[in-house]
Amino acid sequence: MFSYCTDPAALSGLTWLSCYLTTGKHMALYWSFGTVLTLLAITAPTALALGFAGASAARSRIRPLSWLGKFYIAIVRGVPDIAFFLFFVIALDQGIEYLRHKVKCPDWSEPIRQGNDFVVCSAAKMPLSTASQWQHDVYGFALAVVTFAIVFGAFAANVLFGAMRAVPHAQIETAEAYGMSPRQAYWRVLVPQMWIYALPGLGNLWMVLIKATPLLFLLGISDIVYWARELGGAKTARFTDYPHPDWRMWYFLALLVFYLGFTKLSEMVLERLTRRLSHGQATAGGEALRKAAT
Amino acid sequence: MSCWQTIQDYGLRSLGHGERLLPRSDFTLCQQFTLIGSGLMWNIYFGVLALLAGFVLANALAVAKGAKHPLLRKPAEWFIFIFRGSPLFIQFFFGYFLFLSLKGVSPVFTPFTSAALGALVVLFFNTAAYSAEIFYGALRSVPKGDIEAADAYGFSGWTRFRRIVWPTAMRLAWPAYTNEAIFLFHATVLVFFSGFPAWQQKGDALYYASYFADKTFNPFIPYPILAGYFILLTLLIIGVFGLINRHLNRHLPQDSRPRLRFRPNLIR
Repeated sequence: MFSYCTDPAALSGLTWLSCYLTTGKHMALYWSFGTVLTLLAITAPTALALGFAGASAARSRIRPLSWLGKFYIAIVRGVPDIAFFLFFVIALDQGIEYLRHKVKCPDWSEPIRQGNDFVVCSAAKMPLSTASQWQHDVYGFALAVVTFAIVFGAFAANVLFGAMRAVPHAQIETAEAYGMSPRQAYWRVLVPQMWIYALPGLGNLWMVLIKATPLLFLLGISDIVYWARELGGAKTARFTDYPHPDWRMWYFLALLVFYLGFTKLSEMVLERLTRRLSHGQATAGGEALRKAAT
Repeated sequence: MSCWQTIQDYGLRSLGHGERLLPRSDFTLCQQFTLIGSGLMWNIYFGVLALLAGFVLANALAVAKGAKHPLLRKPAEWFIFIFRGSPLFIQFFFGYFLFLSLKGVSPVFTPFTSAALGALVVLFFNTAAYSAEIFYGALRSVPKGDIEAADAYGFSGWTRFRRIVWPTAMRLAWPAYTNEAIFLFHATVLVFFSGFPAWQQKGDALYYASYFADKTFNPFIPYPILAGYFILLTLLIIGVFGLINRHLNRHLPQDSRPRLRFRPNLIR
């Protein structure tokens, strides 16, 4: 990175550290923080959309739809989420390959599940065996994102379902008294008001989502946990220009501090958002804001 | 091989008894049920011990966080913030590598590098921090009238805390604490997926479930089995905590007792 880094063995102290922390592999570590942020940036809106769909389905008046929504919310009950993460990644992968197999190789006669093997024709492989490495990486990451979105969508649905029920019933009745159809009352009265009730739960969920990001490691992504383990391990002079003993403890301490900082920052932003959304609401928070203004 | 034979061979496999090798081919449903159930013992071990020890520390932390003196308050606040603000997964990794380095300093720390003790310590601190926050909130929401009544009866200091404030706080905190207990049991499945090694393939329920999923390349059998076991475990926890809840609220009229509601929307 720096010009004085050409001979690491001659360096010491801070200059050594500055060279050590800017090696190519460390750059990969810093990039993997980007992976985590990308995951959060994609998952949060997707999970929110899924959650909204789930909550809307759960309170639908069409029976099967409402059962579907409630089942989606309830399926995360009682089971550790990590099991879901491990399950969905394989299940989704096999599901996609199964469907592609059915479409692309209709005259394939052998069964797909042969004992302990899952065999599809080579045209149905996802990604194709000829695909380059980055396509494999992107596909793996996409599967992880979908898995996160499904699991956290169920949590968000749970929160939003509660929030929709927390909106005072009189509001809906008033809307209907004004001649709005159920659809209009839902979109114009219920949905705009429910956010303040949902915010504490969604804020909580965001914190939980942040804290769930290291689980990417379990899904086979080269994320920060992977690199911290990789870089922290003891290195001898034979394999690297920067030999050092087992430093994994310090790498994980750095990750711990990163997550603590991220949580603190989120707390501060959520505080602001709560104030903003409380404006003009018939809640204690909204009342306090109104009194402070007059 | 009959199912009874399989249970004899693998029933205590997670503790190191019975057959040494895990099944390698021709996996039967019975083997999967037995081994995953056998692994569940570790989850119960971690959960119960961490919960019991964490309860004591959590109470101390909650009182310390409510204290006026900053020398008591600040450490408790930091402890709670650190363990609640960072992922449990990272805490496991950090704990394992910390114990690994400490092992080099003194052999006292050697047992801590095994999952049985090291992971238990991490879980203990983690649940203590989460429960302390719940208890702290409960201590603050003890009705003012109760404390004034205690004063009027001449209670003070430790007696007042032990006889009036603490039982009321427990009563208020219990529904939230039940959820915390459930999440703790769910969190125990992370142990063997973080740094801690599963020595001689003695792992927990998820360890065996993922073993079968990897070997058979079929996630649709082991994970639902695991899910079934955990749903049973969750129901058991709700049952036990419900009994305690009834005991705590036994003086209240029947219909004003708070009911336990399981709100499953958190992981660490």
